[in-house]
Amino acid sequence: MDSFNNIKAIFKREIKSYFQAPVAYVFMVVFLVLIGFLTFSVTRFYERQTADLQPFFFWLPWVFLLLVPAGTMGLWAEERRAHTIELLLTMPITMFEAIMGKFLAAWSFIVISIILTFPIVITTSYLGNPDLGAVAAGYVGAILLAGAYVSVGILTSSMTRSQVISFVLSLVFCLLFVLAGWDPVTGAFSKWAPKLAELIASFSFITHFESIQRGVIDLRDVIYYISVMAFMIAATHVVLNNRKSA
Amino acid sequence: MLEVKNVCKNFGDIQAVRGVSFEVKKGEVLGFLGPNGAGKTTTMRMITGFLPPTSGTATICGYDITTNPVEAKKQIGYLPENAPAYDSMTVSDFLGFIAEIRGFSGQEKKDRIDATLQKCRLDKVRNQTFGTLSKGYRQRTCFAQAILHNPPVLIMDEPTDGLDPNQKHVVRQMIKEMASEKVIIVSTHILEEVESVCTRAIIISNGTIVANGTPDDLKKKSSTGRLDDVFRMLTLDKEDKANG
Repeated sequence: MDSFNNIKAIFKREIKSYFQAPVAYVFMVVFLVLIGFLTFSVTRFYERQTADLQPFFFWLPWVFLLLVPAGTMGLWAEERRAHTIELLLTMPITMFEAIMGKFLAAWSFIVISIILTFPIVITTSYLGNPDLGAVAAGYVGAILLAGAYVSVGILTSSMTRSQVISFVLSLVFCLLFVLAGWDPVTGAFSKWAPKLAELIASFSFITHFESIQRGVIDLRDVIYYISVMAFMIAATHVVLNNRKSA
Repeated sequence: MLEVKNVCKNFGDIQAVRGVSFEVKKGEVLGFLGPNGAGKTTTMRMITGFLPPTSGTATICGYDITTNPVEAKKQIGYLPENAPAYDSMTVSDFLGFIAEIRGFSGQEKKDRIDATLQKCRLDKVRNQTFGTLSKGYRQRTCFAQAILHNPPVLIMDEPTDGLDPNQKHVVRQMIKEMASEKVIIVSTHILEEVESVCTRAIIISNGTIVANGTPDDLKKKSSTGRLDDVFRMLTLDKEDKANG
C-alpha cells in the first residue's frame, strides 16, 4: 500500500509537470498533425478505396521515434541537471517506485496522445465499414509499442544530465529496434542468412506490432513488449544506482 | 540517535571520504566544517542515503541506511546543497508533493503544509512557482520541505550559503528553536555560524576527521584562541603552509 502511494505521488507530479509546461501541448499537436498528414496525404488514404487504419498503424512507429523521446528525455536528465534527484532519492521511497512513477506517467502521456487520434477512426467509419476488432487490437498494440519506446526513453534519460543527449540516444536506440524488423533491412539479410534475419526481426518493435495489427492479440507479442519494458526498467535501476553524483 | 560508522567513499581511484565515524545525540547541533572538496557533502549524501558508501554505514534512530534505507530516510529531513526544487511547481504544490511522498493525506496533509508555510514565512509566495523565487525564498522553500514531517534528524548542507545577513539570522534562529528536540547536522564555511548555533564541531579535511569537540575546545588548540586559526592550522596541507 505504501509502495502504491509512493508511485502515485510521483506519477501525479510528473503528469502535472507535463501539462504545466507548454512543451507537452506542442508535442501533442505536432504528433497529431504529423500522423494525420502521413495517414491521409502521404499514403493517399482516400484513393486507396479501403476503409481500414493500415496506413495509420504503418506510420505510427516512425512518428513515435520523435514523439516519445521528446516526452521522456526530461524524466531523469532534468532531475539530474537541477539536482532535484538528490531530494527525490533521499525521500523514503525505493528506486523502483521512483522509476515506476515516472515510467507510468510518461506512458500515460503518450497513451493520451494516441487516444486523441480517434478522429481518424471516426473518419474511417464514416467512409466505410472498418473491422473494428482489428482497429481495437491495433490500438492495444500501439499502447504496448509506446510502452516499449517509453522504457527505452527512461533508460537513456537516466544516463545523462542533458535532455538533448537523452533525446538523440533514445531516438537512435528506438530506430535500431524499428529497423531490425523493417522489410528493406530484413530483406537484405534473409538472402544469405534467413535464420539470422528471422532472429533479428523477432527483436524488433515492428514485427510484433504488425502481428497484433492483424487483429489477433497473441500472448507472445504481449510478453515480448512486457519483457522489453522490464529489461529497460531494470537497466535504468542499475544506471541510477551506479551514478557517482547528482 | 545518529551514528556514523567508518564510512568510506571512493570515486574510481579518488578516495573522497576515508573512514569517517562520529555520533550525534538528541539536542546537539553538530557543525560540519572543512574546506571545499574535503568530503563534507559526500559524507552527508551517504548519511541521507543518496550515495551508497563504499564501506561502512550510518544508523539513524536505530535504522541502518544501507540495509533499511526507507525506514532510515523517514527519520531524516534533508536540505541539499544549493536548495534544489522543481522550477515549474508552486511552493504549495511542491510541499504537497513532499507531503504525499512522506505519507500524509487529506486534512493532515493540508494542516502540515499550512503549518510549514507559516513556520518558514512562505505564506506570501505560496502560489508562486519556485523558478521565480529569490535565493532567500528558494532556500526557505527547500528548508520547509525538510521540516514538513517534523523529523527527529535534520541534515543541512550549507543552509545559509548565499543569504543576506537578515536571512542568515532567520535560519540560525530556526535552527536554535528546533535544537532541543532534534539531532541537527549543519555543514558550513562560516565559522561565526559555528560559534553561534553549534554545540559541537567536526573539522574534516581530505576525507578524514581532524578535530571533533565543542567550539571552545577547538579554540584552545590555537595559541590565538580563534576558530579560523584552528581551521587553517588543521586543514592546510604542508605544501600550502610553506607557500603561506
